[in-house]
Amino acid sequence: MTPYTATWLAVLAASAVCFATKLAGHRVPQHWLAQPRVARVASLVTVALLGALVAVQAFTTGDAVVLDARAAALAAAAVALALRAPFVVVVVLAAVVAAGLRALS
Amino acid sequence: MVGPHAILLRVPPADDARAVRRAVVRQAMSVAVATGVYGISFGALAVAAGLDLAQTVALSLLMFTGGSQFAFIGVVGSGGAPVAAVATAGLLGARNALYGAVMAPLVRTPGLRGLAAAHVTIDESVAVANAQPDPPTARLGFWWTGVGVFVLWNAFTVLGAVVGDALGDPTRWGLDAAAAAAFLGLLWPRLGGRAAQGVAAGAVVVALLLTPVAPAGIPVLAAALVAVLAGWRTPPTPTLGRRARPRADEARPGPEGVPSA
Repeated sequence: MTPYTATWLAVLAASAVCFATKLAGHRVPQHWLAQPRVARVASLVTVALLGALVAVQAFTTGDAVVLDARAAALAAAAVALALRAPFVVVVVLAAVVAAGLRALS
Repeated sequence: MVGPHAILLRVPPADDARAVRRAVVRQAMSVAVATGVYGISFGALAVAAGLDLAQTVALSLLMFTGGSQFAFIGVVGSGGAPVAAVATAGLLGARNALYGAVMAPLVRTPGLRGLAAAHVTIDESVAVANAQPDPPTARLGFWWTGVGVFVLWNAFTVLGAVVGDALGDPTRWGLDAAAAAAFLGLLWPRLGGRAAQGVAAGAVVVALLLTPVAPAGIPVLAAALVAVLAGWRTPPTPTLGRRARPRADEARPGPEGVPSA
């Protein structure tokens, strides 16, 4: 098998896994969700994953924890969110801050 | 004199319902645009990682879950085994099972429509759905966001892959920072309760502590354990699911996370 074919197989297999995961979630028995504990855990899991994704996206490069222009951009985004700025404004502001800082340095 | 208040009072309820639906669609579209646009960075990074245009497009069409897609090309780009790429993408997509479980009661439909609902079950569609006050508007938000992100994410993936080389380094344009801000924007409205704030802080610490020692994707998943432990132990608190209702015209996904405890 050529590396190209192997990559294609991996693309298709990973896509299948991800779709199966989504579908499995939709087919979970309803009564599992009736428990307040499950709803509470699900709610907090969302918070935890988003928090971790913020951290990983903003403060890591590969396997290193780094502090760079993204941190300043994230701080600007946080201020914008605190001021109730629309989502699009928050996202664009972060890009502008990061790009600006990188252009200056 | 007819002031603004008099004008407001004259709006009949039917118009009000239509206005609410329009606001939901507008919110969904703004999230779809914000998310779709950084499909450019995915397209560009995928080509840079050694995938060709068809493989890049296939990932956005078939996998369609951003975190997993980035993880996949990250492993491939750093020379990781295809099996490792599959495992990492699959693990990062695990949260979609939870999203699916939350969305299922809202969008329970058989056949192809049900499969489509599963496919567009992603961070953004679930967050926008959860931001709505009742099931009909939640359903509206879910579909408009899910389909909107799907269309734009794929369009911008193609664009990113095609012009990626010309654009150069996507970080020069701050697209990586924009993605972080987008996650923060989704997280922000869910931080209303003490428990949520603690879990978010714990998740950040766990993810950063594990990043140097664990394979890509694992730090995020491990952070979810913080939530499982906290959610299992803490009793329901009245603040946890309560929202400070945002203005309807703002794109402000996910004020209270999943159905309130």
